[in-house]
Amino acid sequence: MSEITLPEEAEALPEILPAPASHGRIVGLALRHPGIAIGGALIAVMTFLAIAAPWLGTVDPEALDPANMLIGPSAGHWFGTDMLGRDIYSRVLYGARVSLVVGFAVAALSSVGGMAIGLVSGFIRPLDPVLMRIMDGVMAIPAILLAIALMALTQGSVGNVIIAITVSQIPQVARLVRGMVLGLREQPFVEAAIAAGTRTPRLIWRHIVPNTLAPVIVQATYVCASAMIIEAILDFIGAGTPPVVPSWGNIMAEGRALWQVKPFIVFIPAIFLSVTVLAVNLLGDGMRDALDPRQGGRRA
Amino acid sequence: MLFYVVRRVLATIPVMGIVALTVFSLLYLAPGDPAAIIAGDQATTEQIAKIRASLGLDQPYLVRFGHWLWQVVHGNLGTSVFTGQPVRQMIAQHFAPTFALMILTMLIAIAVAVPLGVIAAWKQGRWIDRAIMVFAVLGFSVPVFVIAYLLAYVFGLRLQLLPVQGYAPLSEGFWPFLRCLILPSLALGAIYVALLARITRAAMLEVLAQDYVRTARAKGVGQGGVLFVHALKNAANPVVTVVGLGVALLIGGTVVTETVFAIPGLGTLTVNAILERDYPVIQGVVLLFSFAYVLVNLIVDLLYSVFDPRIRL
Repeated sequence: MSEITLPEEAEALPEILPAPASHGRIVGLALRHPGIAIGGALIAVMTFLAIAAPWLGTVDPEALDPANMLIGPSAGHWFGTDMLGRDIYSRVLYGARVSLVVGFAVAALSSVGGMAIGLVSGFIRPLDPVLMRIMDGVMAIPAILLAIALMALTQGSVGNVIIAITVSQIPQVARLVRGMVLGLREQPFVEAAIAAGTRTPRLIWRHIVPNTLAPVIVQATYVCASAMIIEAILDFIGAGTPPVVPSWGNIMAEGRALWQVKPFIVFIPAIFLSVTVLAVNLLGDGMRDALDPRQGGRRA
Repeated sequence: MLFYVVRRVLATIPVMGIVALTVFSLLYLAPGDPAAIIAGDQATTEQIAKIRASLGLDQPYLVRFGHWLWQVVHGNLGTSVFTGQPVRQMIAQHFAPTFALMILTMLIAIAVAVPLGVIAAWKQGRWIDRAIMVFAVLGFSVPVFVIAYLLAYVFGLRLQLLPVQGYAPLSEGFWPFLRCLILPSLALGAIYVALLARITRAAMLEVLAQDYVRTARAKGVGQGGVLFVHALKNAANPVVTVVGLGVALLIGGTVVTETVFAIPGLGTLTVNAILERDYPVIQGVVLLFSFAYVLVNLIVDLLYSVFDPRIRL
């Protein structure tokens, strides 16, 4: 009550200081890096389609309708029907759920797993050679083959697909984090923190982890994109989720036998998959440029 | 130089060891008891136990790994559960198409991607640079089987210029052989071109900013000379690295490409083995591909010293 003049002082501030509005900064960031805006918008649309699938005029994506097999795109079935009479529009929309869940889950799990291994490797030096040789060995098996081999051991389910792809993606993140940790440990602010008596857990949490986050998030978008492609490939060759699950890879697998006569069965989910992966890659490239001013400035 | 080579070769041994252990563990963990399968439905528990002992399946994990590794080193990859054929023989039968596909893909991809990357770096920021980079992002984003179907649809079904699918061995003549491989190579190579063009551009940008490039320009070297003699040679190392690392993408992609184009190669063998849960075959193929991948990257490492003599020191 006594400081009633304060609002007037506060009003005067914006003339002196630059506007601190975070809202404006996000818009500015999106304008300078159109990849973030376009990619983000497309991912938002796909996420909306995935979540709202039941209310967007879809039918049960697993419902068989033998009387209406292989109908081309038409008013009743916007994207047509497959060999078993299932509505492809419904399957494609529900398929977005599988792709997005696998993409995001693999990105999150590989980031956490890779971060943990990278931190251990960077801080517990005796373990470093062992862990890194294991990572090298896992990386020496091409990701898709490793995922295929792991899937051959278990039943096809979304959870197992996520685990199989995550295993193949962790080494890259672990190597990235380890490299950064070794670099950060030489930095004066880290040495200062150690000299000031900061304990290792706190050092890691307060000084190391925050400084590794930006590159790890960028890497996570690329992992997300790869995971979506690998998931579709696993389904496509019959090593992923069971064929009844509506996923883009499964829809394409069903269309495989008849693709020369009914190409839409293959091409419609293909377009959705490609656009989604493109969106994630655009977002990743945009964030990389935004976070790396050295490169961002030069790249047009 | 010799020291460098020896050190690099030795460094691949632990990596191959981990790969072998991983691949062995797959079979070890695979569901189903091979002894029970061999013994048949009528066998008693004692008979199964006897077969298990004769196969060494009752031994501890590491002992079995040792036996298995000994066999693998001697070229014995076991027999297919499904056909009863030796895995080595099956791999040999399916090797040629995949090898031809990969070599052709690499040749096309390098021939296309490196000039694209050089042009993009030279015309940095202009429309042609942007066009090439947009193409690169698309190459990363459109999955290999989508490109494969697109190419087969346009050039095979619609224009009828090239076979929609199938494979012709080299013994049927070079042109039929090549015709069948063009579309698969383009499909498989797209992501590889994207990767290489991008890394070539980045490496070239770095080199073009160096003083010796300015010196070369100042002494009157032409644009082509600067780009391809002075700059590209110095930008070669990261590019060659990615040529090696990108082979993993080719290996993964070949499984799908062969399925789409019905090429009877190792990819098709893998897919069939998955459907039949033929673990020894899956194991053999994964081991072979991983070994090839490590070998390619070893060669790449050794090539470094050709492009950059400082590494030999």
